[in-house]
Amino acid sequence: MKILAIDSSGMPASVAVLEDGLLTAEYTVHYQRTHSQTLLPMMDEVRTMLGLDLESVDAVAIAGGPGSFTGLRIGSATAKGIGMAIDRPLINVPTLEGMAYNFYGTDCIVAPMMDARRSQVFAGIYSFRDVAGKREEKGNEDTFGNREDPLEILMDQEPVDVKELCARLDALAKKLGRKVLLMGDGAVSYRSLIEENLTAVHSYAPAHLNEQKAGSVAARAMDLARVFGEEKMESAAQHRPVYLRVSQAERIRAEKENGKG
Amino acid sequence: MSDVKILAIESSCDETAASVVVNGRDVRSNVISSQIDIHTLYGGVVPEIASRKHIERINQVVQESLDKAQMTLDDIDAIGVTYGPGLVGALLVGVAEAKAIAWARNLPLIGVHHIEGHISANYIENKELEPPFGCLVVSGGHTHLVLVKDYGEYEILGKTADDAAGEAFDKVARAIGLGYPGGPKVDKAAKEGDPLAIEFPHGKVRGSEYDFSFSGLKSAVLNFLNEKRMKGEEISVNDVAASFQKSVVDVLVEHSMHAVNEFGFKKFAIAGGVASNSALRAAMEEACRRRHVEFYRPSPILCTDNAAMIGAAAYYDYLKGIRSDWSLNAVPNLKLGER
Repeated sequence: MKILAIDSSGMPASVAVLEDGLLTAEYTVHYQRTHSQTLLPMMDEVRTMLGLDLESVDAVAIAGGPGSFTGLRIGSATAKGIGMAIDRPLINVPTLEGMAYNFYGTDCIVAPMMDARRSQVFAGIYSFRDVAGKREEKGNEDTFGNREDPLEILMDQEPVDVKELCARLDALAKKLGRKVLLMGDGAVSYRSLIEENLTAVHSYAPAHLNEQKAGSVAARAMDLARVFGEEKMESAAQHRPVYLRVSQAERIRAEKENGKG
Repeated sequence: MSDVKILAIESSCDETAASVVVNGRDVRSNVISSQIDIHTLYGGVVPEIASRKHIERINQVVQESLDKAQMTLDDIDAIGVTYGPGLVGALLVGVAEAKAIAWARNLPLIGVHHIEGHISANYIENKELEPPFGCLVVSGGHTHLVLVKDYGEYEILGKTADDAAGEAFDKVARAIGLGYPGGPKVDKAAKEGDPLAIEFPHGKVRGSEYDFSFSGLKSAVLNFLNEKRMKGEEISVNDVAASFQKSVVDVLVEHSMHAVNEFGFKKFAIAGGVASNSALRAAMEEACRRRHVEFYRPSPILCTDNAAMIGAAAYYDYLKGIRSDWSLNAVPNLKLGER
């Protein structure tokens, strides 16, 4: 299976091509130019470098949210356009699950978080099931020797106050007897707030693993396709980003109506 | 030369649109998915909601435009897309989609100016129309008096110093309780009203022959309404609509005809959403007739935001060899004639 993956949900723009067990390309840029200017030139360079025939791509994986509304839409529209042009399905990878895959196999609890302003983050809490043992029992079911979903979702991605997130992490760390690994630009922005509130043993991701990488999105997409099959595939026309937040205008309107009621 | 088939995409405001145009003037499909119902709830276009609706509809709209033209992407020679001016988040959806399709299909990409599209709408139903001509572009976001020197070559003679003409229609419509969208509602009410009932100021700019200003006019209408309400006097919505509309139309026609006289245009066109206004169409037609100037205006469906007009404009850029590269970005305040 060959997957073309895109992540423009946050500050970095990243594209990757994963062909079964081989990551043939990953290209990530975190710089000042907008995703609209960088994403397609990056993809074009990857295509040229690999001599990639798009007809050989089986699915387009997209970090489908949460994230910057505009960034998500640039990535989504790009994935939808390509999906339509080559008539292939999309795999909508929850942004924070993709990020957690930067630490695939860790025995820490992983908490990726994106800065959502006003002391809030878009965050998820994950752990990885023991992959190594199962390889022996079941044989090579897939690239990673795994049949079930290697990712365990302890808290599905949602917008949450940093303090509240710390409380949940403390409870999970205590219950599972594990350390906590924090990552994402939210962990950088709110580091002092985290230090004030998180008591569990924890560490922060290093720079090269801290942010979104399309290689991780592709790997997560491959697992989603393998474990859940068609259920996690969508047509290019169906796909839309998962914002996890309504627009400001909708929120204000709903508040007014609730006020009246 | 064989036919040039262009797939065009437009998403600059609150219409998601796609069209297939052959050789710039032969429209094979013109699909417009309007979001007006949802924005009406908010009394105007909400940018974030517009962007979200665009991404939900874009593939379906593009596919429908191909289906209606009885074509597939295999038949298409180039992709045209509006890249400005407009709402940046809305523009980005169309731009990213168009770029991705063009890239995946190895097709040339042509970024089109939205106003250039509106002007080019006139080519579609008037096969004989060719530059040079004068054109007044009036819509919810734009008021431009333009000299069309050649395909893709424009000189802006005048523009609005503040509100666009269509914006003034929306604001006045809200003030007199007609609601959104203001243009068609004011037009309808004005038919029942007396355009000479109230004298509102004309939207001119001191020291400028061709520029417009509509914020003063809008304020004058609001002041008039306030005074009437304070005095407890009855307000004729129809008279206010008719008088306000007359004031807008008068200055649009006056400046346009001044340009016709100065530049000796033999042909004059109107374009944009407000070009659907019945009073403007009638007054402009009459003014042109008296001066023996050929008058052009698109059908209402081509006045509103649509992608057929973008396909028409893209065709002439295509012939000139103009191509956009993969870094094409949305430019919310793109100037006419700039790239």
